Amino acid sequence: MAVRVKIPTQLRAAAGGEAETDVDGANVREVLEALFARHDELRARIYDDDGSLRRFVNVYVAGEDIRFLDGLATPVNDGSELTILPAVAGG
Amino acid sequence: MAVSHLECKECKATYPLEALYVCERCFGPLEAAYRHGEEKGDVGELRRRIQGGPQNIWRYADFLPLQGGPPGPSGRLASRVGLPAGCTPLVRADRLAERLGLREVWVKNDAANPTHSFKDRVVSVAATRARELGYEVLACASTGNLANSVAAHGAALGLDSCVLIPADLEEQKVLATGIYGTRLVAVEGTYDDVNRLCTELCAEREWAFVNVNLRPYYAEGSKTLAFEIAEQLGWELPDRCVVPVASGSLFIKVAKGFDEWRELGLLEGELPRMNGAQAEGCAPVADAFAAGHDVCRPVKPDTIAKSLAIGNPADGPYALDLARRTGGSVDAVDDQEIREGIALLAQTTGIFTETAGGVTTAVLRKLAERGDIGRDERVVLVITGEGLKTLDAVRGTFETCSIAPTVAAFDAALGAGVGA
Repeated sequence: MAVRVKIPTQLRAAAGGEAETDVDGANVREVLEALFARHDELRARIYDDDGSLRRFVNVYVAGEDIRFLDGLATPVNDGSELTILPAVAGG
Repeated sequence: MAVSHLECKECKATYPLEALYVCERCFGPLEAAYRHGEEKGDVGELRRRIQGGPQNIWRYADFLPLQGGPPGPSGRLASRVGLPAGCTPLVRADRLAERLGLREVWVKNDAANPTHSFKDRVVSVAATRARELGYEVLACASTGNLANSVAAHGAALGLDSCVLIPADLEEQKVLATGIYGTRLVAVEGTYDDVNRLCTELCAEREWAFVNVNLRPYYAEGSKTLAFEIAEQLGWELPDRCVVPVASGSLFIKVAKGFDEWRELGLLEGELPRMNGAQAEGCAPVADAFAAGHDVCRPVKPDTIAKSLAIGNPADGPYALDLARRTGGSVDAVDDQEIREGIALLAQTTGIFTETAGGVTTAVLRKLAERGDIGRDERVVLVITGEGLKTLDAVRGTFETCSIAPTVAAFDAALGAGVGA
């Protein structure tokens, strides 16, 4: 399933300068793995040593924070948009 | 003391003083770092320098992340350009203390700022830094008070502004923003949706989003609350501060302000116990505190305290750490307690606060009733906003007598009920 991943400015240098990219996967974890397969440097930026999301990284599927869904197991549909954003804004 | 660089709070990577807010290595938040000069140690000279400054936050310009010093050409008069914030009253609230069985309570009334909330402190710093960096447009994601402040500062400084708010905001806050001639955008969604949108927009536009790409500068403005409290207490620290928590930024920066002055020798003694206040309808930090967690699980807000309705608090982990480290807490109160808090403060101090201040006052009451506050403690209650902005919260909480214009009607309606 093709999913469009939107990459924040802070990670674009580690993603070959891409602002968005299309990868395959059935859930968020698979999509991120496919992204890491393409840009290995991104793994350490997005995941901590335990393989979970760093605490200041937010991931959204179709605009909804995946922590309100099933986290990394959240399923994605063909044509879904997955957005990675820094969590430190606001207030 | 001068600002020297930005530093990641997590991995300590350093960055130049630009419009950056996230560490590229670990995604941690960036914070302003300072170089302490030779003034360290000469406490008398430092105090005189502060006291010789203007009656607004620019008296603390040495401790703020600006490179051009206080705004304006030079000197005391010039630093009153723009919309200077701060130097709000610290009022001794003996009647409130007595009602709660406490010895000494002070109310820091930050509704007495130009747009009636503490946000003028952070926006003054962010807008000034935005100008230093050459930006021409101010923007923000707001729960209301920030919208007021950004729009007003834009008008005062001659900068265009664009403010994004959740569509369900209180009418008073919407009206008090639009009048400044800003571009006002109501977003269908919660504050967290607005915040996500602004984070995305920020990457695409050369705008100064005060609480996104300018956040390291913006957040430092909250330290001035601590500086003022200490100065107004005669260069002393309180024993405890009760502060509202939305993103958690204000809460941690008040403590940072006290800490920086302790480090410079301007203040002596322990960091105050820090008590955070949230509304039950949006209490991700209080919930995590109660559960013993280090991080917050985001929530969908449902509370009358809309200015505190941030379900995904950026500084949640730091707020939790601070509350635990100082022997404080983060507590939550329900909507009814919030209304009672607004009335309690109004009826014992004459200060009419908005729902956020109702939350803070209600948490102070909760702490007092729980016996958390020692008999000899000096407590500061931080009131961040104005009651006129959230009038719906008090509608229907009291009765008005309607009478014919006669003495008999007056006596019949009131009897001996006043001044008895």
